[in-house]
Amino acid sequence: MIAETCLRVEREADVVAARQKGRELAALAGICGSDLTVVATAISEITRNIIAYAERGEIVLKIARRGQRQGVVIIVSDEGPGIADIDMAMRDGFSTGKSLGLGLPGAKRLMDEFEIVSEAGKGVTVMMAKWSR
Amino acid sequence: MAVTVPILKQGDVLIASIQAALTDRGLIELRDALTAKVGQFRSRGVIIDVTALDVMDSFATRTLRGIAEATKLRGAHTVIVGIQPDVAFAMVKLGLALGGMSTALDLEEGLKALAARQLEARR
Repeated sequence: MIAETCLRVEREADVVAARQKGRELAALAGICGSDLTVVATAISEITRNIIAYAERGEIVLKIARRGQRQGVVIIVSDEGPGIADIDMAMRDGFSTGKSLGLGLPGAKRLMDEFEIVSEAGKGVTVMMAKWSR
Repeated sequence: MAVTVPILKQGDVLIASIQAALTDRGLIELRDALTAKVGQFRSRGVIIDVTALDVMDSFATRTLRGIAEATKLRGAHTVIVGIQPDVAFAMVKLGLALGGMSTALDLEEGLKALAARQLEARR
């Protein structure tokens, strides 16, 4: 691990701060061009879920290495109500009413790695990563 | 802290230039200001310039779509201009569709598109 940073997410402005920090760290990790916007967009979607559903949570951003490739690992977690049916939540267009229902499946498409862990009543943790080309 | 988006009036067109990354609240304020101003200035067209936006996520897209629909009900046509190449690419990957929203490359093209629409309407 070369660099790591943790930000609280509880206000709308934190979503903007998180995606800007993510873009910054991704650039440091050697990710370039449109992939920087891709990372920032995924962070925006996932941290926005915290504001919409869990009120508060945090985002940890790390520069990491996978073989020859450097990249950025992002862990977004909250202790909100959680997701009862993750398979359903990962479907395009599924939403409990507060969004277009593209956030989770969309972020998965944007990133190289994407994992989500949740249980009703126990919050949500999303781990995602993007590696330099 | 909400950033206020300046709204300029040029003839019967309103031009809103988003200056920096907007929070959700900022986008909603923009929507309310534009729908009110369309009535106040009897505008026929609205241009929203998103050149400065670093990210267009699903919320931003939904709000812009909402602005376009609300202003249409008030009799004005909205054109979104200045979506950056990287932002466009990320939006496609995310799966976002603009759903009938008009777009143009930049402010100049957007004004031309609105002028052409009005010529068409007068025929």
